[in-house]
Amino acid sequence: MTLDSANKAPWHCAACGIPLEKAKVQIAYLGSAFPVDLLRCSRCGIVFIPEELALTRMAEAEKILEDK
Amino acid sequence: MEQEKLRRLEEKCIQDCAPPCTAACPVHVDVRSLTGHIARGDFSAALKLLRKTLPFPTIIGSICDQPCRSHCNRSLAGGSIEIAALERACAFTADTPAPKILVLPARDKRVAIVGGGLGGLTAAFDLRKKGYAVTVFEAAGSLGGSIRKVGGERLTPECIEGELAVLEAIGVEVELHTKADVFNLPDFDAVFAAPGAAGGSQYLPVDPITYATAREGLFAGGSLLRDAYSPILSVADGRRAAISIDRYLQNVSLTASRAGEGSLQSCLYTNMGSVKPAIAPPRSPNGFTIQEAVQEADRCLQCECLECVKVCRYLEAFGSYPKKYIRETYNNLSIVMGVRQSNALINSCSLCGLCAEVCPKGLDMGSVMSDARRIMIGQKRMPPSAHDFALRDMLFANSDASALCIPAPGKDSCEYLFFPGCQLSASAPEHVEKTYALLRDTFSADVGLMLGCCGAPADWAGRDDLLKQVLDDFSVQHRRMGSPRLILACPSCSRVFRRYLPEVETVSLWEVLEKSGAAPVAAPAREHVLSIHDPCSARNDGRLHESVRIIVTNFGYTIKELPLSRQKTTCCSYGGLMWFANAKVAREVIDRRIRESGDDYLTYCSMCRDLFASQGKRCLHLLDLLFENDVSSSSSRACPGWSQRRENRVQLKRRILTKLTGEVMTDDACEHQQEFFIAADVQAVLEQRFILAEDIRQVIAQAEQTGRKLVNPETGSTLAYHKLGCVTYWVEYSSTPGGAFSINNAYSHRMEIIEGVKS
Repeated sequence: MTLDSANKAPWHCAACGIPLEKAKVQIAYLGSAFPVDLLRCSRCGIVFIPEELALTRMAEAEKILEDK
Repeated sequence: MEQEKLRRLEEKCIQDCAPPCTAACPVHVDVRSLTGHIARGDFSAALKLLRKTLPFPTIIGSICDQPCRSHCNRSLAGGSIEIAALERACAFTADTPAPKILVLPARDKRVAIVGGGLGGLTAAFDLRKKGYAVTVFEAAGSLGGSIRKVGGERLTPECIEGELAVLEAIGVEVELHTKADVFNLPDFDAVFAAPGAAGGSQYLPVDPITYATAREGLFAGGSLLRDAYSPILSVADGRRAAISIDRYLQNVSLTASRAGEGSLQSCLYTNMGSVKPAIAPPRSPNGFTIQEAVQEADRCLQCECLECVKVCRYLEAFGSYPKKYIRETYNNLSIVMGVRQSNALINSCSLCGLCAEVCPKGLDMGSVMSDARRIMIGQKRMPPSAHDFALRDMLFANSDASALCIPAPGKDSCEYLFFPGCQLSASAPEHVEKTYALLRDTFSADVGLMLGCCGAPADWAGRDDLLKQVLDDFSVQHRRMGSPRLILACPSCSRVFRRYLPEVETVSLWEVLEKSGAAPVAAPAREHVLSIHDPCSARNDGRLHESVRIIVTNFGYTIKELPLSRQKTTCCSYGGLMWFANAKVAREVIDRRIRESGDDYLTYCSMCRDLFASQGKRCLHLLDLLFENDVSSSSSRACPGWSQRRENRVQLKRRILTKLTGEVMTDDACEHQQEFFIAADVQAVLEQRFILAEDIRQVIAQAEQTGRKLVNPETGSTLAYHKLGCVTYWVEYSSTPGGAFSINNAYSHRMEIIEGVKS
């Protein structure tokens, strides 16, 4: 599964003081894991999941996994 | 679910049963679909449908003796549908070419039909289609037998020849002027003797189910078995004989599964309550014109049951009816690998039991869905998100933050224990305090108080483990209070205690108030009409319905009953946790209920009141009538949000403890709590997303303590996330000049972020 976070929100990591960069991040639910392109702090690993992604494709994927 | 239980449940739903006309028709013409096609003006589809059952639709349409008509439900409202005339109209109107009849590959068996009347010709038609070589022997010079006598002007010889031409087309051989001896046809593997009305009884005895005679391979039937000629029974005879002969030639049982043949009693129920009378249009001398036929077909009631679907938005929303839902549910529970498509169906039911009340067979889909949820829990297949929020709310209501159990002031135990229920405490905590004070007055102070949840959400979610835990905890406290009699304000609590702790004595608050003659703070200034919404969990409590109405009337209000009330009341959408599993349907359920009357609603369940209020309905709780000075403004009181409900429970416990025991609850966390503000529009979004102020507080606390957060350099706002239980919450917030935070947005997901993966 590819959840492309096309969101260009200018979020910076507060702790490290650097902008987030595109990265592959694993997300998992009910025993299934998927790589997703997200924005992430290359130093500490904090990520950004946009609202739109959480409420649409992630929510749909959660439902599919719950009904599997 | 066991197969046998599945079938037992499925059988209770009669929606699939044939309507009275089709059941009564000896060959079961699908009259309902026929009239449906004609009413839409589609005569070709109607004729195509007729040909599925009738070999010669024009002949039958012209002379059918219509045993169906006396069973037509329309007979009670304007007269039975003119079914044969409609058949005839579509036979003459439909602009369709002669049908292509599919004949199965030839079989190495020959059948003789002795007698060329309707019965013999139907058998010939049916058997030839199955691939048998068929020869019809007719003593007269033409086929048709009695139809030429009864047809009169409606059925010309040309018309008969035209219809019977199909026999030749499919390869039936016809020997006219041939008087065959049924006992001496050695070239044939089976013989059907259908000699018509004049045939006599030389073949008897004939088995009435199979038409087999004592002689091997000889079958007999038709008008010889009856006193009067019936065209449609002749067709049915031919069909029955054809089935038997086919079975005989294939060497399978002649008698198995034949109960469905011939005229039957319909088990379909059709509610005639709202049917307006309508009479048949006048018919032109040669039968219905196109327009007349459409008009007549439109009178057909399209009989069906759907009693439950008509009153339940949930059953309607899934687009089918209980028989199908039961099968889907069973299939869903049986899936080993694959998508469980009916999870939403199972979890969306309010379990309110209205379907069972209106069903002619008493089928309770609530109990089907409740059982299914328990099976899903047992299979570990319940979607984790389905009831999570409601169950967490239940645990919170029973946590130290909001639960309480105290004896009557100054005593160790009590004779009565007031149990207002978690949602009354959440919705109108001040009413809990006032009611408790009133009860202490009424019962000379010997009343204790217990705040908490009865376990209904666990019951609805099918979580027997959590339910047992709640009830066990309750029982310990209850015994500690000296096993007092419970005074219950919430009908759902009442249902749970009666069902699972029958040994606990309970009485409804409303019965107590009725008997004590409690007086309202303010009587209505002018006539105030109230429509009573009985909560669904009080459905079977007639005594309670009465108490409430007596109180309302005594308080000076005028009652106008809703169409569905008392035993047939509807659910507000909170029951069964529908609200959490399917918010869309839940909103439609509320919307449908609040549109039933323009009058203010009055109910005695906090959730019903709050949910109706949440969609703009003026609605009162019975305690509003008792305690509020301005009842009119109470009826438009907003529904408190999920966070507010929790906060109300917490504050209620604090106030009561302080007032009655002098104890002041300490809250260490309180001093360190970061203040934050949520604007009304953001709050509305949080409510919809089931995000609590407490969730937000924890996300911010975590972010501010650890520094793990995102900042937007352009706007200065902060975004932080934190996983609480199974849910990750995201909160976007900004600092305000006063050092507090203002919440801009929040959202959540259940997928877990596995950090530390290098790109």
